[in-house]
Amino acid sequence: MKFIDEFRNADIARELSNKIRITLERIGWPVALMEVCGTHTMAIYRHGIKSILPPSLKLLSGPGCPVCVTPNRYLDYAIALSRQDGVIITTFGDMLNVPGSSSSLVRERAAGADIRTVYSPLDALAIAQKNPDSKIIFLAVGFETTSPTIAGTIIEAEQRNVSNFFISCAHKLIPPAMQLLVEDLELHIDGFICPAHVSAIIGSAAYDFLANNYAKPCVITGFEPLDVLQGILMLLQQIADKKPRVETQYSRVVKRQGNTTALKLVAEVFVTSESYWRGLGLVPQSGLALSDAFARYDAESVFTVSVEEEREHSGCLCGEVIKGKREPEACGLFRNICTPVNPVGPCMVSQEGTCATHYKYGEA
Amino acid sequence: MCYLQVITFERELIMCLAVPMKIITIEGFSATVEAGGVSREINLRLLEDAQVGDYVLVHAGFAIEKIDEQEAKETLELMQQIFQLQGEDEVH
Repeated sequence: MKFIDEFRNADIARELSNKIRITLERIGWPVALMEVCGTHTMAIYRHGIKSILPPSLKLLSGPGCPVCVTPNRYLDYAIALSRQDGVIITTFGDMLNVPGSSSSLVRERAAGADIRTVYSPLDALAIAQKNPDSKIIFLAVGFETTSPTIAGTIIEAEQRNVSNFFISCAHKLIPPAMQLLVEDLELHIDGFICPAHVSAIIGSAAYDFLANNYAKPCVITGFEPLDVLQGILMLLQQIADKKPRVETQYSRVVKRQGNTTALKLVAEVFVTSESYWRGLGLVPQSGLALSDAFARYDAESVFTVSVEEEREHSGCLCGEVIKGKREPEACGLFRNICTPVNPVGPCMVSQEGTCATHYKYGEA
Repeated sequence: MCYLQVITFERELIMCLAVPMKIITIEGFSATVEAGGVSREINLRLLEDAQVGDYVLVHAGFAIEKIDEQEAKETLELMQQIFQLQGEDEVH
């Protein structure tokens, strides 16, 4: 078993789609589900899933794209860091092209800044060991899937006694953002397609409050086409039965308590903090900051840089798209001025950004 | 297949996507994993009980969780049952 091809059977997909249609008819009113994670958005479009779903089922794209929810002020700070002498910025590739208030990391690199993309934060640590006279800053962006890898890297740095490795921490947590969305009176969400790999870390229990306190059905769903269709069907069955609860379709990976080893490591290295999200604003307890014991790795405590005043891009609707309130097609810049080659907002940059997905797979 | 896998790795850079790979060797926290003819060194610090032969999800150079083959089979069987029961809803 390869855990991919088996979950792409067209005949079963067709039958699941049929079951979805029948269950929707049983419900008798239009249903809106939010896929929180950008990788689900991409899977839904890439595999043509939307085309086999009934029009009375609306899928809203949520805030689960780390690059998209990272605000301009963080990018501006990273750009200011990159202009310091003796600094090497290391980052995941998607951050390079995201426009800040007046520049981007890729532009700074073209102007001479030492900015390197890495596959793993461990690669950034290796760069630090190879360049003892430079200060290496890793841009720590991502959700619960990624933060354990950063925690693991910091523990490695500690054990290898590396003193020139730092992170600029912008990690975010998904459940507080989901709570904000269900409390938003302008948004109507009947159920959540919960993220697959975030949930591998935090476990299904992390969503209990949404079912118990807000009566929102939640199904943790894998990223393959049959996973997505089965996850949607499970949500619709909960809605039809009027029994909201947390279920796990992606049971081959996700446990109720998550990955306790990873969670323990994260709790050792980080503490929860408030965090500023593009589109959502300042969300309490929705971010991670380095704990006191590991504060020496915090770039902000080491580097004092002058950061330009934050400016948003006029006309860009990324903030609304992130909340599922607007579709990319409602933005006057989409496909017109804003394209993957010349992105105006982050949702067009990241490959799991809603605008980039609609641009690539949606109707022209 | 190799080319596709490389693309997958590049796409993986920041996303929540993680790739199922099989553990070939383990030495301390370091492991060699393989998928589609591509092998890679990864870190096992986030898993307590990984064994050679296990399939794991790899994200940003770390195995973040094991994949339970029995659970995968049960999910597929459930889907297969739905397929075999097709048409019943229309009848009733």
